[in-house]
Amino acid sequence: MATQQAQVRTVDNGVNVEALLGAREALTAAPEGAKFTWRATCNWINGTHSATTVRGFFGLGEEQSHRTEFRFDADHPEIFASEDNGATPVEIVLAGLAGCLTAGIAAVAQNRNIQLRSVKATLEGGMDLQGILGIDSDVRNGFDGIKVRYEIDADASKEEIEALVAQSQKRSAVYDIITNPTAVTVTVA
Amino acid sequence: MFERAGRVDVVVIGAGHSGLAVSHCLAARSIEHVVLERGGVANSWRRERWDSLRLLTPNWLSRLPGYAWTGPDPDGYMSVHEVVSFIAGYASVIRAPVLTGTTVTRVEPLPGGGFLVVTDRGPWRCRALVVASGAANLPVVPAVSAGIPRRIRQLTAHEYRNPGQLEPGGVLVVGASATGVQLADEIRRAGHEVMLAVGEHVRLPRVYRGRDIQWWMHAAGILDDRYDQVDDLQRVRRLPSPQLVGARERVLMDLNALSDRGVRLVGRLAGVRDGRLLFSGSLANVCALADLKMQRLLATLDEWAKRNGFGGEGERFPATRVPRPQLELDLGGGAIRTILWATGYRPDYAWLAVPVLDRKGMIRHDGGIADWPGLYVTGLPFLRRRKSSFIHGAGDDAHDIAAHLAHYLSGVARTAAARKAG
Repeated sequence: MATQQAQVRTVDNGVNVEALLGAREALTAAPEGAKFTWRATCNWINGTHSATTVRGFFGLGEEQSHRTEFRFDADHPEIFASEDNGATPVEIVLAGLAGCLTAGIAAVAQNRNIQLRSVKATLEGGMDLQGILGIDSDVRNGFDGIKVRYEIDADASKEEIEALVAQSQKRSAVYDIITNPTAVTVTVA
Repeated sequence: MFERAGRVDVVVIGAGHSGLAVSHCLAARSIEHVVLERGGVANSWRRERWDSLRLLTPNWLSRLPGYAWTGPDPDGYMSVHEVVSFIAGYASVIRAPVLTGTTVTRVEPLPGGGFLVVTDRGPWRCRALVVASGAANLPVVPAVSAGIPRRIRQLTAHEYRNPGQLEPGGVLVVGASATGVQLADEIRRAGHEVMLAVGEHVRLPRVYRGRDIQWWMHAAGILDDRYDQVDDLQRVRRLPSPQLVGARERVLMDLNALSDRGVRLVGRLAGVRDGRLLFSGSLANVCALADLKMQRLLATLDEWAKRNGFGGEGERFPATRVPRPQLELDLGGGAIRTILWATGYRPDYAWLAVPVLDRKGMIRHDGGIADWPGLYVTGLPFLRRRKSSFIHGAGDDAHDIAAHLAHYLSGVARTAAARKAG
């Protein structure tokens, strides 16, 4: 193959790719450490308002902890006769998807030596309320589809940016959780 | 020739193109060996492939060390029958020491080095062993198959021969490798309704800029990419075969072509729940990934063409058309009578009692040099080069492995001599 001019370019998207690649190598050798458990605790407050917090999780063979506790208030808007103390749970799902895909884009861009300047995602989840209201059993409760539109300004061609977005979906946990079935077990203590 | 079991320097297991290429390279180094074959030469090609299969590479590219294809149609693609003749012809021309009808039932390491190779026709003892038993011994069927209701017939590509085996009614083909797309196409042409469940796949045009895509890959040196120089070896070794068919008309066998012929595309088969198949919502992305990767490859070929004085421009292919998503299929509706698993193959090492298998049951190796002294493996995807899984890729790998093996045997001999002298 032809010689290519060496491109020396310092890209910083704030992602420590060396650490990620190191983790990949380490966990290939010790796959037990790769088994993580994520947790959340939810308390009902009043009406449709609840607050979910996350702090501890399990991974690398031991208990881990976030730097601080994070809280997510969920509620419904006033047109649902609610007090609107927080995002609707389905909006939190969109936030999860956006956060996951966007983190992936930054990581893949760093790995491919692409400097990002701005990344903005706009998400839409369509839903027919006849499902959750039990009006029509042929209508599902959840989204009938999710649309994600990225506007990305980066030192890269259109094809390279499209490839970033595609690769990020391929490696995204939340994208997988949404596009593929997951067994959910709910018990009462 | 060897009439019965005994001692030999090297045992090669498998008389397919890879094992025979190794045999040729060992013979060139005057290394005593025997090739054990459970059936006849090229056994898997004789017994474990569907009727219409043809090679994905054109005839002119079919070559083995000391042997080249000769025939009237260099741009054609060998049928299974022709592949068997080609490989059997090779065995005969190189006078390979093949023992056919000899099934290896167990291989164990011997204390002090070497191996005991137990067969149904007596044991062999050898100093080095080359596993050339193939990459596609067993069909891989995903765990979701266990949840499929009994009234649906399940069949693997390993068992499939032709559409005549199928009951009337719809067929779901799972997997969009070369196997999946070819079978979906053939079964659709036979008049069945066909759904194709598509996960990650490799899209390639059969013809690019007027030449077979394999010509370009070969000429540009892409097929020679080495295993120790690619970014993610595990990924490239797992890549499904490209969506190609070895048809003389050089037809395009991509997902758009299948859609045009009435094959319904759905996402990866992700689960079965309450008698319903659940398809992944990732179809658009796996198609986008395959389109982007194909465009990158074609751009690489264009650059190579330009540097090497080829005029003209490369054509571009339309993006894969993704149908309106279908995420479920009620098996009770009767639309699907048969599920055909084209979800890949794996080698069978049940007989290998050498502690060299990883947690996935694959031999731990570095470019075919296994993680056990004197043990080698060949004929696996991207073993040492991108072309390793092709017939024409066997030669270079066999040459490298024979060189390492010769060095190993002489080292063993030196050690033994030193021990004796001391």
